[in-house]
Amino acid sequence: MTLRMSLLGLSAALMLTALAMVFFYAPTDIVLGVSQRIFYVHVPLALVGFLAFAVVAVCSIGYLWKGSERMDNVAYAAAEIGVLFTSLMLITGMLWAKPAWGVWWSWSPQLTTSLILWFLYAAYLMLRAYAPPGETAARYAAVLGIIGFIDVPIVYMAARWWRDLHPNKVLGPLAEESALEPPMQLTFLVSILAFTALFAWLMTERTELRRQEIQVERMRYIYGEA
Amino acid sequence: MSEQRAPGAPTGASWWAAILAVLWKDLLLESRTREIVTPIVVFSLLVIVIFSFVLDPNPRLIESVAPGALWVAFTFAGILGLNRAFALEKERGGMEGLLLSPVGRDLLYFGKMLGAFLFMLVVEIIMLPAFSAVFNLPLVEPGLWLVIVLATFGFATVGTAFAAMAVNTRAREILLPVLFFPVAAPVIIAAAEATRAVYAGDSFADYSNWVGLIAAFDVIFAVVAAATFEFIVNE
Repeated sequence: MTLRMSLLGLSAALMLTALAMVFFYAPTDIVLGVSQRIFYVHVPLALVGFLAFAVVAVCSIGYLWKGSERMDNVAYAAAEIGVLFTSLMLITGMLWAKPAWGVWWSWSPQLTTSLILWFLYAAYLMLRAYAPPGETAARYAAVLGIIGFIDVPIVYMAARWWRDLHPNKVLGPLAEESALEPPMQLTFLVSILAFTALFAWLMTERTELRRQEIQVERMRYIYGEA
Repeated sequence: MSEQRAPGAPTGASWWAAILAVLWKDLLLESRTREIVTPIVVFSLLVIVIFSFVLDPNPRLIESVAPGALWVAFTFAGILGLNRAFALEKERGGMEGLLLSPVGRDLLYFGKMLGAFLFMLVVEIIMLPAFSAVFNLPLVEPGLWLVIVLATFGFATVGTAFAAMAVNTRAREILLPVLFFPVAAPVIIAAAEATRAVYAGDSFADYSNWVGLIAAFDVIFAVVAAATFEFIVNE
């Protein structure tokens, strides 16, 4: 309880600080203008989304190894939050791409990999929803959690070569953090911390909720539907 | 995993015996029922015909879209074959029989996977000449054959694992492609790009990186799927 409340407080405070820094502290980008400020939301979402899928993979291995239900609850929560963050990352990325590149979408390696990643973990959630409930769904999901994570670097390789063979499809360079001024770097760092804290808070809430859901299901099973 | 093998049973050469027994069962079943290869060949030919209907017959355009058309047809055919691979086991209670047999789950996986691989390959061997004829493309391309064999093996490695899961789920016909396509995406990209290179007359060295990528995928996922198969089929 206290951990959850303090994580909530921490992420709220960091998020407000990050927002204030994004709009009032960080300087406006010379080339990209004001649209560059979405960077402080977009990139942390991507990083934390990827962290979430790493958590899914580690907990999937842990679940298959030890069979602990807690591991599975953590994996499930991480997958849900990962899909949420990845969805927001794709949306903010498209919003940024339009003013920066002039198109909503381009098949750059990062974009291709992110999209495949989103599909992978959307499939993970569907598998959990449609598999026989309980332990079977957890085992299936754990296998997919491992296969999916191993697949990511292979997808990235394929996407990179694919792009390289079609140089005329690439649109404009992405202004990456190499060009960041110190105030920008600080804002970026606070933003990453804010989204990481948000992730940690959502994780504790969702894992606890999942545990309670399972308890309710068990009670229903024991005492019958009423 | 070792505790699942019957006492005194398989080591060394008898591993092959176990894999081949599972494979032989599927081949025999298919030779008597013709429920997989025949309908899928007809379906795949229809896919090629539909592509001919919707595409502009301009030869230069055909060369740029043909690799895509070929791999769309192959992946759709592959999904249908994978859906059937465990449907028969499910409908007739074959899975219980397989699980009762004194065969390690990893060997069971290789047996089923090789079966799925062979069925897909047979369909593709029939489709490729038809495809080449309809789109007026060269057929005798050993480089393309290698790409097809490796990519099909890659489809079978993850496809068999997902098919074994999907068969026990609701909405299984739609869930299998939803699981399969994102994971198989690098193979589909690589196979289509290598095919494009073949039809453009490039030398093997120009697309060997794609072949290497598919081969790496094959090895990695054959091992991972075999190692995790016991968690999929165990009741």
